[in-house]
Amino acid sequence: MVSRSLIGILAGAAALALSAGGAAAQQKLKVGFIYVGPVGDHGWSYQHDVGRKAIEKAFGDKVETTYVESVPEADSERAIEQLARTGHGLIFTTSFGFMEPTLKVAKKYPNIKFEHATGFKRAPNLSTYAAKFHEGRYIIGQIAGKMSKSGTIGYVGAFPIPEVVAGINSYFLGAQSVNPNIKIKVVWANSWYDPAKEADAAKALLDQGVDIIAQHTDSPAPIQAAEARGKFGFGQASDMERFAPKAQLTAIVDDWSKYYVDRTKAVLDGNWKSQDVWGGIDSGMVVMSPYKNMPDDVKKMAEETEAAIKSGKLNPFKCPIAKQDGSQVECKGNGALSDEQVLGMNFYVKGIDDKLPQ
Amino acid sequence: MRFELTPRASVSPVVRALAPVAAFITAFLIAGLVIWLMGRSPVAAFQVYVSQPLSDPWALQELLVKATPLALIAIGLAYCFRANFWNIGAEGQYVVGAVLGSWLALKTHGTEAGFWVLPVMLLLGILGGALYGLIPAFLKTRFGVNEILTSLMLVYVAQLTLDYLVRGPWRDPKGFNFPQSVTFDPSATLPPVLEAGRVHYGAVFAAVAVLVTAVVLGRTLFGYRLRLTGDAPRAARFAGFSTKATTLAVFAISGGLAGLAGIAEVSGQIGQLQPSISPGYGFTAITVAFLGRLNPIGILVAALVVALTFIGGESAQIMLKLPLDLTQAFQGILLLCVLAADALVSYRVRLISRGVAK
Repeated sequence: MVSRSLIGILAGAAALALSAGGAAAQQKLKVGFIYVGPVGDHGWSYQHDVGRKAIEKAFGDKVETTYVESVPEADSERAIEQLARTGHGLIFTTSFGFMEPTLKVAKKYPNIKFEHATGFKRAPNLSTYAAKFHEGRYIIGQIAGKMSKSGTIGYVGAFPIPEVVAGINSYFLGAQSVNPNIKIKVVWANSWYDPAKEADAAKALLDQGVDIIAQHTDSPAPIQAAEARGKFGFGQASDMERFAPKAQLTAIVDDWSKYYVDRTKAVLDGNWKSQDVWGGIDSGMVVMSPYKNMPDDVKKMAEETEAAIKSGKLNPFKCPIAKQDGSQVECKGNGALSDEQVLGMNFYVKGIDDKLPQ
Repeated sequence: MRFELTPRASVSPVVRALAPVAAFITAFLIAGLVIWLMGRSPVAAFQVYVSQPLSDPWALQELLVKATPLALIAIGLAYCFRANFWNIGAEGQYVVGAVLGSWLALKTHGTEAGFWVLPVMLLLGILGGALYGLIPAFLKTRFGVNEILTSLMLVYVAQLTLDYLVRGPWRDPKGFNFPQSVTFDPSATLPPVLEAGRVHYGAVFAAVAVLVTAVVLGRTLFGYRLRLTGDAPRAARFAGFSTKATTLAVFAISGGLAGLAGIAEVSGQIGQLQPSISPGYGFTAITVAFLGRLNPIGILVAALVVALTFIGGESAQIMLKLPLDLTQAFQGILLLCVLAADALVSYRVRLISRGVAK
């Protein structure tokens, strides 16, 4: 107990020292970010950093932003708490694996607002947010179905978690909707960011006759492998055109800027509330980069599908959905699978000739 | 023209003890130069890296938390390395210890199991690590298989087994199919040493391990036997020491301590099993063991220093916006300086010129 109160006194003294820095410094909101990969991954973490810069641009002197990169998930509690202790008022933790540590630190610092990406545990000062990337994957699935000459498309997955599995299913359903005989091959990289492994996975797919590569890993390595072999691919998280100008058909871009700016504004205005946001194409969180390297009719189809998803007319997981063994999935949403069903998806849809690692 | 290293006839213990100190100063000077070239203040960097963590109670706690697994594993490795056996697989032994201990935590989850759970978990952790460490030892003594290869490869077996368990049979049924176990009950959680602190009893185990090892290595026949086996294996055999028994013993000890580190980390820090439960402690501990010159006290200091570079690196990112790469470069510079200091103390460097006729 003695040491605890001592820490309290020291913390209080530190806070006083900080607030003595003048009125301007006092009002400045410090916004912190925890990234799972390097900011230079040109994918997932890179896009979150783009969002961070958007906050700086939008609020200028009113905010100060900080990031800690390549934070191992099992060892993240300290990094999050470091941000909490250094006067940050709003903290974004941007990987699923940060869920428990974020929750622990949030409980300890009730006056600080926390935002955790892709998780499901919330608290009065802890929001969650994620994007419906599977909407974009349906579109690229259709493009792949049209563009594949070999009739076999490929997918480089990170981990067989629901978010990734839902992406594969959506991609395959999209492809199947334009080419009922399409086949898919999936290779797991077992890492979010490991360019060498990702490239190996893509090469293994190409060696097996795949001519279109989609990826759910963070580096441009898979699409670069497709480019090197004269095949096609899709950018992931970020527009990867500069890495594969001939191979990129389009990219599913995560655009966190608007969300980050909105949430920062909410804290500045004093009306931040804990919430759960799952934004799709209509929210602007999921953005399709320009459709390129494809014939006009494919481009037109893609644009129409995008518009249909945006307006809510098309849901990639509209019922009926059949599992691999042919059994129907119970339809818990309104004519489609419910959000919970998609968020917890752990089965492949019918037609995927592979076994889901479980 | 070339350099030649010739062994020095005698080295005074004072010089030997001062070598690491000189290495640290050199490393800080080099790192300071780099930071200065980047246009930042080396003094501020030094403050954030070293003086701040060492003067702040919270950071001191974090230092102990981070150093705990490093010290425990490195102490175990000292037994192996002293006897000239190369256990590179502490990471795997750590994981198996964590898995076996957690098995009981998950078995008793939600039941009214009493106080016995935690001690048995810890014993299982030690047992798991020791048995896993005995595999390469057995393969070496029985078949003469190189222990470097087998112990290293068994790391991947352990990691993939853990991966399978948290994705399959041990997955939290209420966790949206995400790959993680339930969070442990309080009866299966290693408590903090101080109420509401983060330092768990693993730190106490590490301190005990250091003291016991200091006595064992320095004052017992067993310690002498290890040194002799390492320095003069033939002499050890003539003295009647069985190499076989020594091999098995050191691998069991080192595996057991790594296993203890694993279960202590999972039950004291993380609180559940996840696909990744170590940011590479088992490998970093090899560095720690050598930085500490295989001396228990030295290892304790080295573990704290390495932990300091991790924590200081995070502070540097937050306070000074210095990139993570710089922290990693600094860790590399530090290790190189220590190794160079060691070499310069033990050897004389001579420049040999071959004359003009070439």
